[in-house]
Formats: sequence, C-alpha cells, structure tokens
Amino acid sequence: MAELSNQLMAITVLAYLAAMVLYAAEYAFGDRSHIGRAATRPARQLVGAGAAVPPDDPEGPVEVVEAAPRRDRGVLLGLIGVGLNWLALALHIGTVVTRGIAADRMPWGNMYEFILAVTLVGSSVWLGVLTRKPGIRHLGLFVALTLVVLLGADGLIAYTAVGPLVPALNSYWYIIHVSTIILASGILLVGAVPAAMFLIKTGHDQGKRRFPYTLGAKVPPAATLERLTFRLHAFAFPLFTFGALIAGPLWAEASWGRYWGWDPKEVWAFISWVVYAAYLHARATPSVKRTTATWIALLGFATMLMNLFGVNLFFEGLHSYANAGGM
Amino acid sequence: MTVVEERPTPSAEPPPSLGNRAWALLRNSWRQLTSMRTALVLLFLLAVAAIPGSVLPQRAVNAENVAGYFREHPKLAPFLDRLDGFDVYASPWFAAIYLLLFTSLVGCVVPRLLDHFRALRTVPPDAPRRLERLPQHAAAEQRPDDPAAMAATVAATLRRRRFRTVVRERPDGSWTVSAEKGFLKETGNLFFHFALLAVLVGVGFGHWYGWHGNRLLVQGDDLGFCNSVTQYDESSLGPRIDASNLPYFCLRLTDFDASYQTTGQPKSFDAKVDVQDEQDGPWTPARFTVNDPLRLPQANVHLLGHGYAPILRYTDRYGEQQTKIVPFLPRDQMLTSEGVAQFPDVNIDPKTNQRDEDLQVGFEGVYLPTVDPNGSATSTYPAERSPALFLTAYRGNLGVDAGLPGSVYALDRSQITNGQLKQVSGSRPQRLTPGQSWTLDDGTKLEFLGTRQFVTLAVRYDPTQPLVLGGAVVGLIGLMLSLAGHRRRIWFRLSPPERSEPAGGGSLMEAGGLPRTDYPGFAEEFEQVVAAVRDERTP
Repeated sequence: MAELSNQLMAITVLAYLAAMVLYAAEYAFGDRSHIGRAATRPARQLVGAGAAVPPDDPEGPVEVVEAAPRRDRGVLLGLIGVGLNWLALALHIGTVVTRGIAADRMPWGNMYEFILAVTLVGSSVWLGVLTRKPGIRHLGLFVALTLVVLLGADGLIAYTAVGPLVPALNSYWYIIHVSTIILASGILLVGAVPAAMFLIKTGHDQGKRRFPYTLGAKVPPAATLERLTFRLHAFAFPLFTFGALIAGPLWAEASWGRYWGWDPKEVWAFISWVVYAAYLHARATPSVKRTTATWIALLGFATMLMNLFGVNLFFEGLHSYANAGGM
Repeated sequence: MTVVEERPTPSAEPPPSLGNRAWALLRNSWRQLTSMRTALVLLFLLAVAAIPGSVLPQRAVNAENVAGYFREHPKLAPFLDRLDGFDVYASPWFAAIYLLLFTSLVGCVVPRLLDHFRALRTVPPDAPRRLERLPQHAAAEQRPDDPAAMAATVAATLRRRRFRTVVRERPDGSWTVSAEKGFLKETGNLFFHFALLAVLVGVGFGHWYGWHGNRLLVQGDDLGFCNSVTQYDESSLGPRIDASNLPYFCLRLTDFDASYQTTGQPKSFDAKVDVQDEQDGPWTPARFTVNDPLRLPQANVHLLGHGYAPILRYTDRYGEQQTKIVPFLPRDQMLTSEGVAQFPDVNIDPKTNQRDEDLQVGFEGVYLPTVDPNGSATSTYPAERSPALFLTAYRGNLGVDAGLPGSVYALDRSQITNGQLKQVSGSRPQRLTPGQSWTLDDGTKLEFLGTRQFVTLAVRYDPTQPLVLGGAVVGLIGLMLSLAGHRRRIWFRLSPPERSEPAGGGSLMEAGGLPRTDYPGFAEEFEQVVAAVRDERTP
C-alpha cells in the first residue's frame, strides 16, 4: 500500500504538470476567454464611452473577429486542463488515502504527509472556486504551477517512509489541531495566487509591460482577483486562529504542560497570524491602498512557507517530529 | 480601530497658549497612537520582533542551548544578552511593542464600544428622499392595500428577517419603513478585540501567580518526593507567590511501562504513581502518560521523559557497604545513557573515624539497555534486552566538598586535570552486566545489582488558563461574526396613489437598499426581501 501511494504520488505530480501545460497552452495560444472578456467589459465602459480604443489594443473589436477560431481552440485546451486538474485531484486523494491506510492513521504525521495534505486542500479549494466562478480559469496555470513546485519539493526534500506515530503525537488533538492547520494552510495557499495575480494585473493595468507584469495580460479583472483574495483569506483566518492559537495551545497544555512556550513553530505561527491580521485590518481601512494590503497578504504567505520549510529544516524545537526521518 | 484621515486644520485661530499647545500635542499624539496606520506599524513591529526568538536559543525554552551558544560565540553572546536576545519575549522592547499595540487597541475600541451602544439604541434613520440613488433600488409598483396596511406588512416581513425596523407616517400621507441589520458585525469585532485584552490580562496574571518545577523521579516507595521548592531539580515561581503557597502533595513512582516498535521507536508510555494529597493522608494510585497529564487540584504533572537508574553497591577497604541508585541521563533515542556514581563518604578508617579525601571513589560511564553484539558504543534498542554498564573508576578527591554546585551527572573535570582525582581502572571501561561485580586495584568492590526506571516530570500550575482559553474562544467567535457579518439598510416608501385615482385604491411601493460594508451578496438579498414583500398577503 505504501508503494502504491508513492507511485500514485508520482502520477499525481505528472497529472498536475499536464494540467499546467494545458492551462499554459490556453494562456499562450488562446485569446482571453469570452467569460473573462465579458467580465472586463463594464470596466472598460467606466473609462468613458468617448475614450478612443487604440488600434493596437488586443481587446479591440477587429481582433476579436479574427481571433475567434483560435480562441475556441484555446478554450478547448483550457477545459482539457481543468479535466486533467480534476484527474490530478482524484489521484492526489488516492495518494493521501493509500498513505493513510499504509500507516493505519491519519496521513499527516510528518512534513511529507503534511505538504501532501495541504496541497490536496489547495487543489480542492481551487477546483471548488473554479466551479462557482468559471471566469477565473486563467489562474489555473499559476495554481497548478504552485502545486507542482510544492509537491516536487515535498517528494525531493521531505520524503519519509511510512511509519507509526510517536507517542507524543498520539492524541485526538493530533486530528483536530493538524487538520485545521492543513485546511487553513491549503486555503491560504490558494489565496496567495489571486493575491499575486492582483498585484501583477494592477501593474499591467497601469501600463507596465515588463516581466512579470506581462503575465497580467489575460487574467481576470483586478477587482475580481482582489475580492477572491479577500474572501479566501477571510475564510482561512478564523480556521488558522482555531488550529494554531486554540487547538494547538490546548494540546500543548496537555502534552508539554504549558499552552504557549515560544517554540520556533509557535513563534512563526504567531508571526503569520499577526501578519494576516494586519492584512485584514489594512483591507478594512480605506486609507490603505488595496495593493498595499495585498502585499501584506503575500508577506503572510511567505511567513507560512518559512514556518513549513525554514522551521522544519533549520530550527530545533518541540515540533521537530514534523520532519521525522525527512532529512 | 479608528481610521484617521487627513483632517482640515482650522485656520485663523488665535495663537494657542502653552497649556493649550501641550494639550494639543497630547491629543494629537493620542490620535496618532490610536490611528490604524500606527496599529498596522505596531503589528508589523511585533511580527518582526518575534523573529529573533526563533533564531536565537531562548532561556525560557532551553537554557542549555543558551549556554551552548555562549560557548560557541564568546564575543557575540554577551552583546546579544545585553539586548535581551536570549529572553526576547520577556524583554522590555518586546513588551513595549505589545503594550503600545494594546494601548492603541484600547484607545480605538473603547470609543467604538460607546458608538456601538449608541448605534444599538438609535432607530434606523428615515428613508432618503430619492431611493433610486441608492446602490439597490426597486422601482415603484402598485399594491392593492393602502399605505398604512402595506407598511405594517412590510415591517412584519422585515422583522421576520431579523431587521431592526421602524415605521413612520409622513405628513404627505405616505409611510416609510426603515430597516437595518448586521449589528453583529461590529459586536463581534468588539468582542474579538476585548477578548484579546482578556487574553493579555490572563497571560500576565498567569505569569504572576503560576509556578512550575522539574523533577527526576526514580521508581520505588523509598524515593518519592513532595511538592516543595527544595525537592525540585529546577523550579520557578511567579513573582506574586512564594514557596509556602505551593499546595501539598507527594508522589511515588510505583511502575513505569514503555513499549517500542521493532525499530526502537517508542509506542507508548505509562507511568503509575501513588499520590498523597494531604499530610498523613492515604496514598491513592493514579496513572498518567504523555498527552494525558496527572491532574491534581492545583497542579498538573506532565511526563516528559524516562530512563534507567543503575543500582550500584560499593564495598570499601574496611568492608563497609554503600548502595546508590544513580539515574543515567539518556542521550539518544535508544537510551544510551550517561551518568556517574560518586562515593565521597567511603574508606573511613573505623579507628580514627576520619575521612581520607584522597580515598573517595567515583565511577563514570555509560549504560546501554541493549548492547550491540558488533561492539558499537551505543545502545541498539531502548528496552533492556542485554543491558550492560561500561564504567571507568576514579579515586582521589571528588571535589564535592568545595561547596560549589556541580553536576550530579559528571565528575568534576578540574579535579581530574589538577591530578587530585586519578583514574584507577584500565584504559578500556569495565563492562558490568546486572549481578556482576568488579574488584578494583585496592581490593574494594563494586557490584551492579540491576536498574530501576526513572521518569522526568514537569509540575505546573497556571491559575488563569481558563480565562485565557475563554478569551481565545470568545475572540474566535467574535472574529467569525465580524468577518461574516454585513451591516445594511433597506427602506420602503409607501405612497398613496396618484390624486386622480379614487381614494383607498391601494398604494405605490418603492424600495432602496444600502450596504454599509463591502457585501457582494446584497443585491441578491435585497431582491429576495422585495419579492417576499410582494408575495405577502395582508391579513
């Protein structure tokens, strides 16, 4: 069963990679999807009906007529990408479930399994949001890229053979604490993608044409990205609060005798929480620009990555079993 | 927190007096401190200030690592120490940041609390004159009932949807219904921030009135301990309590079980103890394990670790015997353990009854619960499958009478270096299995009788834990309310029909809606409300 899980993991990464390639193909060869086009139209009208459309504007009506057949092909590629993404998700679930069966426990007992579970949540949330809002499909390229990078890194640096839990992890809090953190991390992971694309899109809208702003040419409108960013973060933040600042301390009290002890993992969870709290405050403040607020959200994601990789690999602490056998 | 935008400064005022200027400075500083921008900066400072505590070892977390850091960086460490680099979370600068942040928070949420109380008592304002200017608008439509009856129906519908509703009659014969909902958003937000204050207070008082101690406890009725500062290996009491405040209880470790995987990874621990919780009271059995502490009325006993304590009997030159049970500290997962047995009060000449300081004896070495048949120096399994002690014997002055605190797990190195303590066994350590004895060069004898288990315990008490937990839970609920809630207003205007029509011919109904916070689903809700009113049959 453990062997099966490892094989499924490899196929999962390949499937995400294939989905990413097709998303990229749509991105490169297709025009902006008609859904995305419809979504931007009101924004263009706001600029003023009298404003002349420059002849070289890729959104110009002339180009649309010419590009119509190409666009359909692009859409088809994108839809196949979504299909592959669903297939990858199914394989991903298979990887996690077989891993859990092999270990005879919840499959989040070390860093390898943790990342596997976080990316699974990320992938599910992404496909869930995509189902409700098909217009954001162009983000798929960046979501799939993130998933491939994280899963690749997971397999390369954090792989751990299937093993039982150490007694310190043998508690029902193991299920509650770790699962809520995984859920929150997965949603924040997906939330970081529209956050980054919002910044790129804003730059692109301001006329910046350097890389990476060129990536913003075809993504959904900035306001959509910003709203999606906020809603994902507003959903994940209470989950993270519960997992890291309530369930975690409750378990720590039972296990180590104190609810908070400034263990490196706790320090970085605290830092992430403070930064994400700053994001929510900044976004609720009219005088703070939305781009500034979004930068704070991305900073928060950077602290989450630091907690996952930096703390597990470089610091010594009570949460070290997260990396048992990993390095 | 309050949002302070640029305010137009009043001009053409008489030059302020000194007192006024001081007052203005104070008021402006307070405004600045409680502004959102400052709060954001303080939040960031707090996040940044927390980082060094994860990079540098912390005394409160692991004092030995701090000592190690001092050895490795003899120049840098004292400098960092002066900046509280090893006590980051107890340092004045860290406290300054969070106290400023909480002051800013208080300065912001207290006025907001008052505003909110006022808002809760205020009735929703009357409908604006032109409803069609609002973000949501339902155009006027003909209704069969007259305005007063219609207004009652609308109000009932809105109240059922838990809107705060006011019905007003206007002089021109029209009726308006004003409704507002979503006060829970601000309520939740305020609860969240006040809960943070409760947590801070709880943490502070817990620090003042809490205490903890660590203790190594060897199995056996003869080796129990009672809860007092002197009986702990290491302890720390909060500033507001002293040793006499510790509650009375005594513990004896009666049994300890550990089970392991075939790989040596631990599977389970189980400590059995006898507890006496009043002086001369009965001993009652109890058991606890990792993740499941022993909860006593005013203390919790947590199992931190375990190991083996060899029992050693030394027979000196005059035939006197002494037995010691010495815990050996594990240094790896397989419980390769290090320790020392010191016998300072041996070889006392019965004639003179004088102790010869050059004839004290010490043994140092390792204990392997499972010896590797290939001869490696570490244990290969944590349970006692083929145990053996490997000891080196020393004779001379152990240096234990100097009055300096020394480790009980290692011999005094300086005594060996200055030649007062000499190695008297061969270059290879002597191997002893349980039951074996070893005769030294002077005819004295050491017997390895067996081992006892020991556990390391952390005993803690924190009186404000329930407050902190309650604060955190209330805070989370408040947070969810504040993130999920939306404040919005809906108005209905019910005007009598045009004058040309006969009286009592129904009414014209118009509605408008205003989301007061960012709320994408408002349009949908507004339409639902209007549709609900439309479907309503007047009684």
